[in-house]
Amino acid sequence: MRAAAGGAELRTGTGNGEHVGVHELVKRYGDVAAVDGVTFGVRTGEFLALLGPSGSGKTTVLMNIAGFDFPDFGRIEIGGQDVTWTPSHKRNLGMVFQRYTLFPHMTVLDNIAFPLRMRKIGRAEREERARVALRTVRLEGYGERKPAQLSGGQQQRVAMARAVVYNPEVLLMDEPLSALDKNLREEMQIEIKHLQRELGVTVIFVTHDQTEALTMADRIAVLDLGKLQQLDTPKALYEQPTSAFVAGFIGETNFWPAVASGDAVAGSELGVTLEGGERATVTAADAIRGGQKVKVAIRPENIRLSKDGAGVQASVEEAIYAGSITTLLLRSKGPTLRVRVGPDGALGEPAPGTPFTLGWQTRHARAYAA
Amino acid sequence: MKARPSRFMLGGRTYSPAASLLLATPFLLVLMLAFLLPLGMLLRESLFVPSFTVEHYRRVFDEPVYLRVMYRTIRISALVTLISLLLGYPLAAMMARTRGLMLNLLLVAVLLPLWTSVLVRTYAWLVLLQRNGVVNDLLTGLGIVDAPMQLLRTEGAVVLAMSHVLLPFVVLPLYATLRAIPDDYARAARMLGANGFAVFRHVTLPLSMPGITSGCVMVFLLALGFFVTPALIGGPQQMMLATLVQQQVTELLNWPFAGAIIGVLLLAVLGLMIVFHRVIRLDRFVGQA
Amino acid sequence: MRRRSELTAGRLAANAFAYGVAIFLLVPTALIVPMSFGPDRYLKFPPSGFTLEWYSAYFSDRDWLDATFFSLRIAVLTSIVATVVGALVSLALVRGRLPGKPVFELLVVGPVIVPNIAIAIATYLVFDGLKLTGTTLGFVAAHTALAMPFVVFTILASLHRYDADLERAALSCGASPLQAFTWVTLPQILPGIVSAALFAFIISFDEPVISFFISDLDHRSLPRKMFEDIDYNVSPTLAAVATVLTGLTVLALVAGHFAGRGRQASPGARRPTSGN
Repeated sequence: MRAAAGGAELRTGTGNGEHVGVHELVKRYGDVAAVDGVTFGVRTGEFLALLGPSGSGKTTVLMNIAGFDFPDFGRIEIGGQDVTWTPSHKRNLGMVFQRYTLFPHMTVLDNIAFPLRMRKIGRAEREERARVALRTVRLEGYGERKPAQLSGGQQQRVAMARAVVYNPEVLLMDEPLSALDKNLREEMQIEIKHLQRELGVTVIFVTHDQTEALTMADRIAVLDLGKLQQLDTPKALYEQPTSAFVAGFIGETNFWPAVASGDAVAGSELGVTLEGGERATVTAADAIRGGQKVKVAIRPENIRLSKDGAGVQASVEEAIYAGSITTLLLRSKGPTLRVRVGPDGALGEPAPGTPFTLGWQTRHARAYAA
Repeated sequence: MKARPSRFMLGGRTYSPAASLLLATPFLLVLMLAFLLPLGMLLRESLFVPSFTVEHYRRVFDEPVYLRVMYRTIRISALVTLISLLLGYPLAAMMARTRGLMLNLLLVAVLLPLWTSVLVRTYAWLVLLQRNGVVNDLLTGLGIVDAPMQLLRTEGAVVLAMSHVLLPFVVLPLYATLRAIPDDYARAARMLGANGFAVFRHVTLPLSMPGITSGCVMVFLLALGFFVTPALIGGPQQMMLATLVQQQVTELLNWPFAGAIIGVLLLAVLGLMIVFHRVIRLDRFVGQA
Repeated sequence: MRRRSELTAGRLAANAFAYGVAIFLLVPTALIVPMSFGPDRYLKFPPSGFTLEWYSAYFSDRDWLDATFFSLRIAVLTSIVATVVGALVSLALVRGRLPGKPVFELLVVGPVIVPNIAIAIATYLVFDGLKLTGTTLGFVAAHTALAMPFVVFTILASLHRYDADLERAALSCGASPLQAFTWVTLPQILPGIVSAALFAFIISFDEPVISFFISDLDHRSLPRKMFEDIDYNVSPTLAAVATVLTGLTVLALVAGHFAGRGRQASPGARRPTSGN
């Protein structure tokens, strides 16, 4: 998960090298460490999401990469160059902000041409390239308008055009979709993804919305309390979270307290006694010693229900119908569990009180040291 | 660790301490020359001329003449504050309920006098109140009095003109405070059985206290040091602190004593600011309305 | 129904009173305008005729004109100096890591809190020693200090309203800090700056107390000249001067209103302590 630091081969656009490197980043505000020793690398052409709850430090990391903030300790590299102290306007980055931040006194076209103007590019070329960028975001014909005359989605597309018109090496996005309503947001997620593939630009995307991160990112860096919790592909993050925090933060999870029956190394099978007294076999996510308290995480869709047989017992407390799926709340001998079942499952709509035997694949039940 | 490359910018849009100080230097120079240094020198006169002494301050409180002026200044200021509040509150309350064109007209009615020269407003009162002025014409014309009265150079005239000049200072903070009170409180009180007066007494009035205090402190503070209006409308019998100071300086050249009076005035102002600093929202003097 | 009548009775009385107060605020000054066109030696209302005599007296009197042009020059210079100085310190306050920031904040409000008579006497004492009385430099310095709170409050307000991410956006586009300020920040806060400049102009042009003390025999501001004339001979020429002065103030306020329109940058706001 931590890419090798400072290799000479890591030049921009060369192979699968590290394009942006964050090394041992520390940023304190007063006594509080907003970012506390974060290290990760972003590959060229990769779409990386920085995901975390508010206060996790994700925005601070982005601000340090952007050069709007400087670290107390650590290093930022772009294309193998140390840019830790480089002023933001000399980093050749593109950035899309939360609230569009189009310059209200300029036309749409002037907004998009602004970065070119700052790069001393002549008027004719400026206009030409701005128009191309405007076409890329499907807004031809809107160039002469003022930002206030556009809808939120259109403004965000202009902001993107402005951020990519000068072909920056890296595009930073700070919760760019949070101001949009749900439908538009989903539409824009796909659009941004397409644009990124088309341009081949490296993207670092800050969000607190896990669905957004899962949908868009090649890899996701999950941050909490200023520390990097896990950096992985969406699939790995969802299926093999390495910490109870990530398991709980990404998707929905049932946590069942338990005690380990024997020793196990990470990734191996482990027998446990669940709260409530029943025994089960799970996968150890950490190294576990016998007798240690653990938390067993099982996703609602990974619990199988059957009518008979030996195993963990539970009974239906409530069935919550939600169209394509139904969520069952099950009273077990331990915690109340959430289980997801399909619409036309053999179970129908079970009445409260119906008893079930619970089952799961060992790899779907992951035990974390509590 | 490497040194920061720029001595002036931190994080793109934050200026370094050095740059910030540089930006603030002209301001500091102007305030030095025309504010801090003068006040410092004046207070030095009052305490250290010819050598350290509190004699000048003692004189302010020892001589009945000066005590009378001080007492009068406080009395007139308190009266002006009270009248401004009584006149200003209903106006502010109505403005808080009004919207649209009418509100704009009322704002003009408050802001225009505020920004009109105090000399012009004082002059207007002088014209209105003189022996053959508009007010006397009106009074004799209506048969209320037989002969024109002496209105100028009375305490009543000073109080009236000062209240008029200072009224906007109480209306604006009150308006801002009242405007910010959500209507729902009054509605809730009504629903709970309060009548119009009870709503005012138990809901609106307590919630508008910060505005009342802020406006009153401001008016009182300004009144204490008021110069133009009392000097022109009042006579020797209505002399207030500022005129006393002016006489000491321009006629008697008694700087130490003038400095002592100013020192007392500054202490009073400082005291008021310390007691009320939480409620005086100075930004209201510009930003809102 | 009972509630309705209670509303109308109480409210009606309160509203009538409030309108009365609003009229009370406007009337004295408003009466001066028609009276300034009346021929009566003692100003009368309603005036017994129409004449421009007092205006021509004003515009042909060397003393009045000197005072007017002196005040105009001071006000224009004060407006420029105060706006520049105020804008710089505002930026330092909002954007900078200003050492001793609380002290600066206190200094900014200082000239509103300290009574003008105190500033005036103190300034007189020092300026007399420095030979600054009656000089343009002296007047501009004193008026700039006096206008500073209002200028800084106005500019601070527009800086706070301004979305700081816009400047970040400019930097991310490759603009240098100076370019970002000129191309993006400045156009955004310009209405606030124009308002501030107009405030400073009015404050200086109308300022009576400090001007009273730091004028000398040959260099008097308009308010000082008015003060003298009101004190010694209440001639109708004063009504004409007062009308012109009020007209100028209204003009500046209207200009300020239009400058701030659309971004609600304090169309009028509060008067400085020049009330003294």
